[in-house]
Amino acid sequence: MIKKVSKHIVQNEPLLFEQSSPGKWGYQLPPLDVPPVDAAAALGKENVRAEIEDFPEVSEFEALRHFTRLSTWNYAIDLGLYPLGSCTMKYNPRVNELVARTEGLAWAHPYQPEALAQGCMEVVAALERALEEITGMAAVTLQPAAGAHGEFTGILMMRALLETRGNARKKILVPDSAHGTNPATATMVGYSVENIKSNSRGMVDLEALERAVTGDVAGLMITNPNTVGVFEENIRRICGLLHDKGALVYMDGANMNALVSVARPGDFGIDVMHLNLHKTFSTPHGGGGPGAGAVAAGEVLKPYLPGPRLKRVGDKWAWNYELPDSIGRVRAFYGNFGVLVRALAYVMAHGGNGLRQATLDALLNANYLRALLDPYYEIAYKAPSMHECVFSDDRQAKKGVRTGDIAKRLIDYGFHPYTVSFPLIVRGALMIEPTETESKQELDLFADAMISIAQEVDENPELVKRAPHMTRTPRVDEVRAARQPIVRWKRPQ
Amino acid sequence: MLAKIGAASQEDLVSYLPADVRFSGTLQIDDGKSEFEIVDYFKAAASRNANGYASFLGAGVYNHYRPVLVDTVVSRGEFLTSYTPYQAEISQGTLTSIFEFQTMVCQLTGMDVANASMYDGSSAVPEAAMMAVRVTRRDRVLIARTVHPEYREVLATYTRHQGIPVEEIAYAKNGRVDLEDLKKKLTDEVAAVIVQTPNFFGLLEQVKEIAALVQSKGALLVVVFTEAVALGLIEPPREADIVVGELQSFAISPSYGGPYAGIIATREKYIRQIPGRLVGETVDADGKRAYCLTLATREQHIRREKATSNICTNQALLALMATVFMTVYGKQGLRDLAEQNLAKAHYLAGKLALMFDAPFFNEFVVRTNGRTPEQINSELLEKKIVGGLPLGRFYPELKDAMLLCATEMSRRQDMETVAAGFRA
Repeated sequence: MIKKVSKHIVQNEPLLFEQSSPGKWGYQLPPLDVPPVDAAAALGKENVRAEIEDFPEVSEFEALRHFTRLSTWNYAIDLGLYPLGSCTMKYNPRVNELVARTEGLAWAHPYQPEALAQGCMEVVAALERALEEITGMAAVTLQPAAGAHGEFTGILMMRALLETRGNARKKILVPDSAHGTNPATATMVGYSVENIKSNSRGMVDLEALERAVTGDVAGLMITNPNTVGVFEENIRRICGLLHDKGALVYMDGANMNALVSVARPGDFGIDVMHLNLHKTFSTPHGGGGPGAGAVAAGEVLKPYLPGPRLKRVGDKWAWNYELPDSIGRVRAFYGNFGVLVRALAYVMAHGGNGLRQATLDALLNANYLRALLDPYYEIAYKAPSMHECVFSDDRQAKKGVRTGDIAKRLIDYGFHPYTVSFPLIVRGALMIEPTETESKQELDLFADAMISIAQEVDENPELVKRAPHMTRTPRVDEVRAARQPIVRWKRPQ
Repeated sequence: MLAKIGAASQEDLVSYLPADVRFSGTLQIDDGKSEFEIVDYFKAAASRNANGYASFLGAGVYNHYRPVLVDTVVSRGEFLTSYTPYQAEISQGTLTSIFEFQTMVCQLTGMDVANASMYDGSSAVPEAAMMAVRVTRRDRVLIARTVHPEYREVLATYTRHQGIPVEEIAYAKNGRVDLEDLKKKLTDEVAAVIVQTPNFFGLLEQVKEIAALVQSKGALLVVVFTEAVALGLIEPPREADIVVGELQSFAISPSYGGPYAGIIATREKYIRQIPGRLVGETVDADGKRAYCLTLATREQHIRREKATSNICTNQALLALMATVFMTVYGKQGLRDLAEQNLAKAHYLAGKLALMFDAPFFNEFVVRTNGRTPEQINSELLEKKIVGGLPLGRFYPELKDAMLLCATEMSRRQDMETVAAGFRA
């Protein structure tokens, strides 16, 4: 039975370009307090454009209504559980939004004199310190713009170190359960990729790994807990295997929210890793960004961090550009500062003890859901779950219903789906991560919905296969979109 | 809940982890703080920054007014707290706004297709270079010295290990790309030539002439922009093969360097080589128009090591800010805004000794006539004005010059003070 949602009026809305009327606008500019300049005379006639063809022409109120109406077509964490595995969709505290808009921070120019940017630099330094403590690593850079950008930074640093040892080597090892960004990153740093298979418990197969670690191997990229939500219990041995052969270990920190204050990568042998501040540290996903991908490095890789780096000069902060071993910049300026402010606010609100409690609550919620759903769905691996649990659609597939169908039916019950068909090592994966910010009531409603769908699969599989039925937009034809791509509006001829 | 799991306490949930892995200490992080204390901390931090200063800094980050509507829209939880729109049926809001964004970026740049946004302008540059390498199957890249210096540094970091040699093109006496130097370096191995307009010195490059040269050699022309407001007035680089740039100017606060929104746009024929997210039009089961993420077979979650890039996200919320900005200003407003910028910058420039003789938009390089830029700036600071960017750090030969920027936010009175500061 669908308990969480009812029918609701939703407004239709054309595209901006379809509702534009010539001469409408929504802006005000003050009167010009200097003489106007003739553009053609100043720039040359050939350099001045005619009007921007078909650019929007709507009033301020029409603009507001347009975007408000569009917003009502979205699901969001603010509306309910958003159990995307590996994505860590937790509550985004609003005080973080407020402090990120503090005028002296939000309107600070990256080139304003250092003496007049001490507050920004202090924020960066404070977050670096906190993340060093949480990861147990020697140093942190906040420059990378996203997780994948952090991976790129970390693998470049590994390459730089190996080059100074005389051989950059050729291969990066990646478990077959890894995020797709890992192999794509290795390629961008000039490495070939070798996949390592997982064992029957969903963990890296030690024997397969041992065979693969040759003198050609630059390093391993490992996610821990891995993408099936299981802690790699041999992580110390794994790191040892790589280190014994002069190779390095990169940790994809996408699932770090399972480890904060429970285990520290720097303590268990990781050389370099990234953190997704938009996951573990609660900064909003914003419909697909911005993120921030802090990179934490052990002592041996610290000199290779991207620059500039903060340094203390007397009682002031300064940017240090003299970094002979640094890999260089991975983006302009110092990183997604506005995201860093939010992440620091999150750390401050929790404190050391609160961060540990958040981790334990995330584990509790995931294991609670696992226990509720276990009688109805096939758990992919028996090993204990940390912050997320992964099922396969084996039982439902016998009725012709796949994970993607169950996901779409879940929408009718008022929930965003879990992560569908990932990791690839699980056939028909349902990857569920509730996070610590969900109440028991919301988890129970979700479990009810999943159980109800399991019954529907038995009794009326077609109902599930044609879902969603309750949404403004029924199932979308993604194949057609890719066959003849239309990626912009054009005025009908 | 614990009973359902079969655990005695929450600690049981981690007690199975190997003892040599478990963290037994206490994180050295202060106890949790209240909302009031957190707000107070950041206010105090902000007070140690520049407050109440007029600023004439540009150099890739611009001080433009942000219409109130922008914050109103992006503060809606439906936009702020949603994920990448994989589930199209409950993400049509984000998908539709990105489709509008892609369309407006095409209209602005004169390109056929644009993606859903990039991390920022600087990281879009190497992505464009790698795209040109894929398209041309050549491997050399030329980049003008008049491209933002930090963008060039990022390109160097990205290309170093991919077998893509990068060479810089000098600028001529007038501060624009030295066409002779370009001709000399433009060999048959060149995949891409990267120029910026308005360039780092604020000057308009001769895009048509450069395009003819570059394309006659079978290379792709990549045009970069950092000041998007210029596109309200100046002819877009229609001749380019790829356009990348930064939309920070469109309602995104400087925020000490990020987050911003980069763009990449190109010709229709290269659509399958473009990196990052793309939204496409399709229909739903009722035959009505709908949108979804498309051409995912280029991307890392499908193609893994063979993907066009490792990029996994875009900058959706920042792209939305830019979209609202473009909507509020619209066709007429963006032009009016650009004209105000042009007028202000030309007013200030008219009172100073310019280094270069070429058309400029809202930034220009000024000689400091015997004093150092740092001296002038420190005197201006006493008058609550942050002056321009001294260029010596990036261009040793221009150590006696600074880059100044005036926007619609620059007050005439402050401009008079700056001009007087140079005379003092």
